[in-house]
Amino acid sequence: MLEKTEITLDELRHLISDRAIKGETVLLNMGPQHPSTHGVLRLLLELDGEVVVNCIPDIGYLHTGVEKNMEAKTYEKAAVMTDRLDYLNTIGNNLVYCLAIEELVDLDVPPRAQAIRVILTELHRIASHLVWLATHALDLAAMSVFLYCFRERELILDILEMCGGQRMMTTYFRPGGLWRDVPVEFEEAVRQFLRVFPARIAEYEALLTKNPLFLERTVGIGVLSTEDAIRWGVTGPILRASSVPHDLRKDEPYSGYELYDFDIPVETAGDTYVRYLVRMEEMRQSLRIVQQALDKLPYGPVRSNNRKFVPPPRSELGTSMEAVIHHFKLWTEGFPAPKEKVYVAVESPRGELGVYLEGDGGPKPYRVYWRTPSFANLQILPLISKGHLVADLVALIGTVDIVLGDVDR
Amino acid sequence: MNEHIQAASEALKDRFAAQVMEFRDQTSLLIPPEHILAACRLLRDEFDFNMLRGQTAVDYWPEQEPRFHMIYLLYSLPRHLRLSLRAPLNGNNPSIPTVESIYPNANWHEREVFDMFGIRFEDHTDLRRIINPFDWVGHPLRKDYPLGYEEVQFSFNYDEIDRRKPYARE
Repeated sequence: MLEKTEITLDELRHLISDRAIKGETVLLNMGPQHPSTHGVLRLLLELDGEVVVNCIPDIGYLHTGVEKNMEAKTYEKAAVMTDRLDYLNTIGNNLVYCLAIEELVDLDVPPRAQAIRVILTELHRIASHLVWLATHALDLAAMSVFLYCFRERELILDILEMCGGQRMMTTYFRPGGLWRDVPVEFEEAVRQFLRVFPARIAEYEALLTKNPLFLERTVGIGVLSTEDAIRWGVTGPILRASSVPHDLRKDEPYSGYELYDFDIPVETAGDTYVRYLVRMEEMRQSLRIVQQALDKLPYGPVRSNNRKFVPPPRSELGTSMEAVIHHFKLWTEGFPAPKEKVYVAVESPRGELGVYLEGDGGPKPYRVYWRTPSFANLQILPLISKGHLVADLVALIGTVDIVLGDVDR
Repeated sequence: MNEHIQAASEALKDRFAAQVMEFRDQTSLLIPPEHILAACRLLRDEFDFNMLRGQTAVDYWPEQEPRFHMIYLLYSLPRHLRLSLRAPLNGNNPSIPTVESIYPNANWHEREVFDMFGIRFEDHTDLRRIINPFDWVGHPLRKDYPLGYEEVQFSFNYDEIDRRKPYARE
């Protein structure tokens, strides 16, 4: 069966310059086991000395076939796999998948569930930005920031564990609402975090924002112009750092984001340094959203009462025959979705995270497509890395903020 | 339907015989594949759909005409509107012109569709596999591609499964 055993230079000929053929430049492999590639990203670099002439990303090392697997599972059971895509934004993946199902079958979500969804999504956005900041700073040789960021991330993971029983892969959001209500300690834990965290952001900024070593490595590195950002379909903080004030939470509000007051940080320089500033400000804005959502958190049910899609609570099973039937039908067969298609997108920490969901009238999705921000944004790496040093490439991988699980799916 | 999307779909209906489909306020237009390049150019230049947010395909196997739908998810940044184009493709080895000249980021999205569905993109600058290894056989997201488990052999179907089992052969 296998005919080819290796890629020849001829097949990559269109991606490298003539100088590489003449032997004036060097082709060098970076990754997939390089610590600064944030996972398993392989880059084939054409180098002139230390200057990057061409950069050819090679992805797919973490491909798990999630899209194919989801086609073989019922809508609700497939939700478990969504956590595994972008493992730093698991809650956001759950959210967009649930929103897509709710759009497809027209399912309502109670206000309390929506508010809790917003709180947890924003907390997880902070957690994701903390991992980005930690690893980005670590790549630029600022070890202590890494330790501080992981200390605060732990507080958020504790909150998730309190709600869903898991630190990372919670699958806490379900079609029609949440798995269960948050525990009583939840509010105090979040308030405690809100009290602690602003001072901690100031602490990180004291370490980095005016640090000459950090400025040297980031200012003017990897500049992305507004036109290029739009042409290359970049979204998220990278787009906002290139002076486009676009955020799906404002432009296409979902889950009640229109109820909260927050700003979209925008910068104009488009380099690595302002992308850092945008993400730092986003963490502050997320805190504002969490504060407001927590202050007006409504009481009530956390899951839709539509028994055709949402299984009944355990307590009803002993007394209601109808509940038993619904329970049995939903857990054996699942619920059918119409033969239609929807595309739903949310703002993940990295950009537009979208799900294209197509039903075929049965209980399993016919096609699930994940439009993941990491995959779309990584494409600009060759563009912004040209002419920079290999050492800067490390900063650029960090600033694009990729998660390889999200890239390869 | 939003007025702007209404105008865009009317224009595409007149010029390229597009069919309009709507579901829950989301509009998608069915366009003959030979017009896809012109339709994208028209939408970008005259209707502000300046971003391609994603590209994918759906396999309707065993249906042959059309077997695939190629999907383009467009976004208008100034107006915050979405529109998706669908191009039906017939047969097992379909091809369609690339839209890389209009949206450069189609490069990777089309490579992914090529890798996963085996749809060829004419004039694509770098049509290689992207997710799967370069020596991979088959296109995993096609509906006639098995999910990858091993079928259990019993005495009544041993030979039948044995014949199509992928052993390493000479």
